[in-house]
Amino acid sequence: MTSDVELTKGRPENIRAVPVRHPWRWVAVAVIAVFVAMFIHMLVSNPNLNWPIVRQYLFSHIILRGVWMTIKLTILSMAIGIVLGTIAAVMRLSPNPVVSTVAWLYVWFFRGTPLLVQIIFWFVFSTFIRELSIGVPFGPHFWSKDTNSLITIFVSALLALSLNEGAYMSEIVRAGILSVDEGQTEAAQALGMTRLQVMRRVVLPQAMRVIVPPTGNEVNSMLKNTSLISTIGLAELLRSAQIIYNANYKTIPLLIVAIFWYLLMTSALQVGQFYIERYYGRGSTRTVALTPLQRIRLLVLRGSHVQ
Amino acid sequence: MVDAQAIHKNFGANEVLKGIDFQVVPGQVVCLLGPSGSGKSTFLRCINHLEKINAGRLYVDGELVGYLENGGKLYELSEKVVARKRTEIGMVFQHFNLFPHMTALGNIVEAPCRVKGEPKEEVHARAHDLLAKVGLADKAKAYPRQLSGGQQQRVAIARALAMRPKLMLFDEPTSALDPELVGDVLAVMRDLAKSGMTMIVVTHEIGFAREVADTVVFMDGGVVVESGPPSEVISNPQHQRTKTFLSQVL
Repeated sequence: MTSDVELTKGRPENIRAVPVRHPWRWVAVAVIAVFVAMFIHMLVSNPNLNWPIVRQYLFSHIILRGVWMTIKLTILSMAIGIVLGTIAAVMRLSPNPVVSTVAWLYVWFFRGTPLLVQIIFWFVFSTFIRELSIGVPFGPHFWSKDTNSLITIFVSALLALSLNEGAYMSEIVRAGILSVDEGQTEAAQALGMTRLQVMRRVVLPQAMRVIVPPTGNEVNSMLKNTSLISTIGLAELLRSAQIIYNANYKTIPLLIVAIFWYLLMTSALQVGQFYIERYYGRGSTRTVALTPLQRIRLLVLRGSHVQ
Repeated sequence: MVDAQAIHKNFGANEVLKGIDFQVVPGQVVCLLGPSGSGKSTFLRCINHLEKINAGRLYVDGELVGYLENGGKLYELSEKVVARKRTEIGMVFQHFNLFPHMTALGNIVEAPCRVKGEPKEEVHARAHDLLAKVGLADKAKAYPRQLSGGQQQRVAIARALAMRPKLMLFDEPTSALDPELVGDVLAVMRDLAKSGMTMIVVTHEIGFAREVADTVVFMDGGVVVESGPPSEVISNPQHQRTKTFLSQVL
């Protein structure tokens, strides 16, 4: 009936309207362009930046070793921090008051003191506890070792970063766990799962959607916070740059080298986070976000803009 | 199958079950009717120990739920034992509670594989059979979000059945569904009842209760007001409260 009538009339032509003009946007673009040009001119012409020196040290052995140390510290501290944080979060939610209080105290202490103080603390740890041993509490030891040989600079850096990270991660994981609907736990319990199984198979995978974005933030912060380790003399990226500029006084070019590497690493992290979020988002939305490659392919195939 | 004796349950000072006596024999289909807040759902959840009762005795298959009685003393059962007993009782929820990060098939095979440790191929074959039985053979790979409410609820029924339960509990399985989707779910439940499954169904679907139930139990204010075959309780209620309720929902 009505549809028949409309069909015989055919489809009206597509709307082609003249868009609204935005003159002030063009003014803004022009102003920004001038500032950018001035900035680039300064970068290129300022002799203090000394680009040849930057190029000389960008891939130098000592810098690359520093980059590797930064990556190693970030990955290890994050891995330990995530495990500690998850344990602390599950402990925080335990019905046992002693267990949850211990987790609370842990978070309270490590979030309540500056990271730099914690780093220095672990560095000088051996000066007040000289020996570590395993044995009967207050009784004989089976094994003991000098703290200095056990806690090297690297270990103290790792301890400081990961214990601090664990405290922050525990709050992130806890928020994630609390975000999962209680009906999920009930359904899983009704199927005969134990509390651990419910956590591992049902609650945590769903909590991940809430946990991943802030964790990406944490990895980013961690990568940059490793620079604090330079204060205790471990040759990560910043310390490596310092070693060089302390010798040749080319401070600015070497800081540019460090900035270049930090930016490169944080950018790589952003890409990684996109794919992880996409993975844990499955099932939570009707359609999965497209990867950049898929977007480009669609764009080429359809020749149209993809939202 | 289920033997409840003077069940009392309170949340804080609020007593929601005030002495429920209730028996279900194997193969029986029981529908629990009553206004919201009458304690039907709470009672259902007590049966698989999702809620702890405060007084009375509740037996499933001859065994006390949640406790061990020895020499006049009650001992709480460990989490593991409670979990193992739950594997024999299937439960279907008002809001489906499918696991959103798993496909329909994943939802069904999860518990038989992980909890019972049954061989994967066998469970998968059974899961496909169950999906076909609830009319969703082509939805094995769909995530819950991609299914309609009625389809989700049928997957949830298949998930519960995959554990080969002796008893099925339904907690208002059609209350969250659009009216045109209710029929598919009720049809699945009707088939299940015909196959001889013992079922306890909390529902507002009077028509379903009249047609499928062997026994209808009307609850109000935490007590059983009356119970009996649907021909008596629904068609010829004796108590004023039952009459009032039925006149409101019919």
